[in-house]
Amino acid sequence: MQNPYLPYPVRIDEIITETEDKNLKTFKFVFLNPEDEKKFAYKSGQFGELSVTGKGEIPIGIASSPTEKGFVKFTVNKVGLVSSFLHTMKVGDIMGIRGPLGNWYPWETMEGKNVVIIGGGFAFTTLRSSIIYMLDPANRSKFKDIHVIYGARSPGMLLYRDELAEWEKRDDINMHITVDGTDDPDWKYNVGFVPTITEQKAPSSDGETYAIICGPPIMIKFTQPVLDNLGYSHDQIIMSLENRMKCGIGMCGRCNIGKEFVCKDGPVFTLAELNNTPKEY
Amino acid sequence: MKVIKIDKKDWADGLAKLSGGYRLFGPVKDKEFHNFKELDNGELPDFDFSNTKLSAKSMVFPQAEAMFKYSLDENEADHHIMKEAEKDYSPRAAIGIRPCDAAAFLLVKKNFDTPEYKDPYWINAYEASVFVGLACNNPCSTCFCTSAGCGPFHEDGLDVLLADAGDYFLAKVITDKGEKLLQAAGWNTEADAGEDQIETLKKEAEAKITASVNTDGLKDKITTELYDAPFWEDVAFACLNCGTCTYVCPTCWCFDIQDETHGTSGIRMKTWDSCMYPLFTLHGSGHNPRGTKVHRVRQRFMHKLKYYVDKYGDGIQCVGCGRCIRLCPVNIDIRKVCELMNSYEPADAACQVA
Repeated sequence: MQNPYLPYPVRIDEIITETEDKNLKTFKFVFLNPEDEKKFAYKSGQFGELSVTGKGEIPIGIASSPTEKGFVKFTVNKVGLVSSFLHTMKVGDIMGIRGPLGNWYPWETMEGKNVVIIGGGFAFTTLRSSIIYMLDPANRSKFKDIHVIYGARSPGMLLYRDELAEWEKRDDINMHITVDGTDDPDWKYNVGFVPTITEQKAPSSDGETYAIICGPPIMIKFTQPVLDNLGYSHDQIIMSLENRMKCGIGMCGRCNIGKEFVCKDGPVFTLAELNNTPKEY
Repeated sequence: MKVIKIDKKDWADGLAKLSGGYRLFGPVKDKEFHNFKELDNGELPDFDFSNTKLSAKSMVFPQAEAMFKYSLDENEADHHIMKEAEKDYSPRAAIGIRPCDAAAFLLVKKNFDTPEYKDPYWINAYEASVFVGLACNNPCSTCFCTSAGCGPFHEDGLDVLLADAGDYFLAKVITDKGEKLLQAAGWNTEADAGEDQIETLKKEAEAKITASVNTDGLKDKITTELYDAPFWEDVAFACLNCGTCTYVCPTCWCFDIQDETHGTSGIRMKTWDSCMYPLFTLHGSGHNPRGTKVHRVRQRFMHKLKYYVDKYGDGIQCVGCGRCIRLCPVNIDIRKVCELMNSYEPADAACQVA
């Protein structure tokens, strides 16, 4: 019997401090046993439980893409016991990963459609995974137009800034980067909250467009009416939820919204699905 | 089905024989209550009880158990890598588990033994167990098992059903596992008209159960409407969020995972947890999706009486043992809450427009 609680041992291969407040770091992990990497085959939108030995586990979205081989990446906000300790760890340290866990963005359904990615703050990790996945030469032709609306409080709070700049240069993805405000005179992108930029830049839906939204509750609250006005039906608005988790496999009982477990039946839900569940997230 | 007659004078000898091949568990007196525990060598289960204070779930799902062990000492090979903790899954037998507690394992199994994932701790312990049930000749006033898919002589989940018939027990063989256990104990005298005797006792016991719940309407209720029903404030008003109901419940399965380190070594543990506690769902950010006691009380009842019903299509997540009713310090009664939910019509609660 496969033990779903047993983490794969990994070594920290690289640590990148992402944001100017130093609260977000990206950890690149390499599996100690190469065959574990194959067992960890994942899709963009899934998460893993990062196991810090002696501290516990945290559920974190997978920031690397299935098209990137030899490692997995997770971007972690420093918040509680486990994530704070993880932020003190160094390259070469040994820990564990369980997963992949949960469902993923509906890649099969979105084939042949336009995709609009809307992200805010540090909830851009599985969206990075998704963009890398879609831009991969083997996958790009599966999707029509790709738009990305991504905002943070300030330029220094944006994740993956080098990659954002590279994507800006490409002509097969429409980037709409924004910040709430900045005093940088050289800032050449948008200034404004994500809902406002969405209203200005997002394509209207002709039934051929899916929107994936990840961000703080306040951003989601004000973006949804914008998408409604643009004609998105609620089964074409895809969201990824977070809740406190322990087991990650639908057993320990805490992350449910109604009868659905965010860890196992989610974290990805359509707005149409969420409309029928208690709002316990 | 075969019914064996066990003379009570042969009882202790039989159990002594069993203790060679099985770890024996049973009800024993614990201060003014009975509780289910592993029997010491030579200790006999005490059947002078109506039901144990805690359910028998800890036999399969201990309140705390080690999953893994680890070392933080970087001089050791495999430091920081989780390794399986030693486990004893040799055969174990529950002697005198109530039918409701045994039936509860079948409900809990749906959570721990799924097509996608299997919890090896729960499953290995369950599969190592033989359940010898003790039928209830005298159910309590709070028992409502007969309307909760169970009953005082209920057989699902049992390997043997024992019925106390005065000077002797009638042991109904339900599974091969049960038959093997009876043979190992040396109990092999078939009872005369055993099934008829058991049937008579069963009818008498069932007639003593007066409490009941109606559950027929639950599955057709709209989840969000039940969730928004106005009665939750009232139901939760007196609740202390003490968690007693969840700890004594045979079907409550929620758990926590914690690392416990001493010096440079430690264990990762699985422990009981409770939806009554704010920490159960508290986010690292400070946000809590079930931040009030109304949220938490509603979660407990919605889980047992609506989410489970919808998810598995197999009735409610309750066997009617009545422990939560007897032990709730503020007299919250699942039978009343079930009635509120089962009969709820949103229109009744809407304000009248003059």
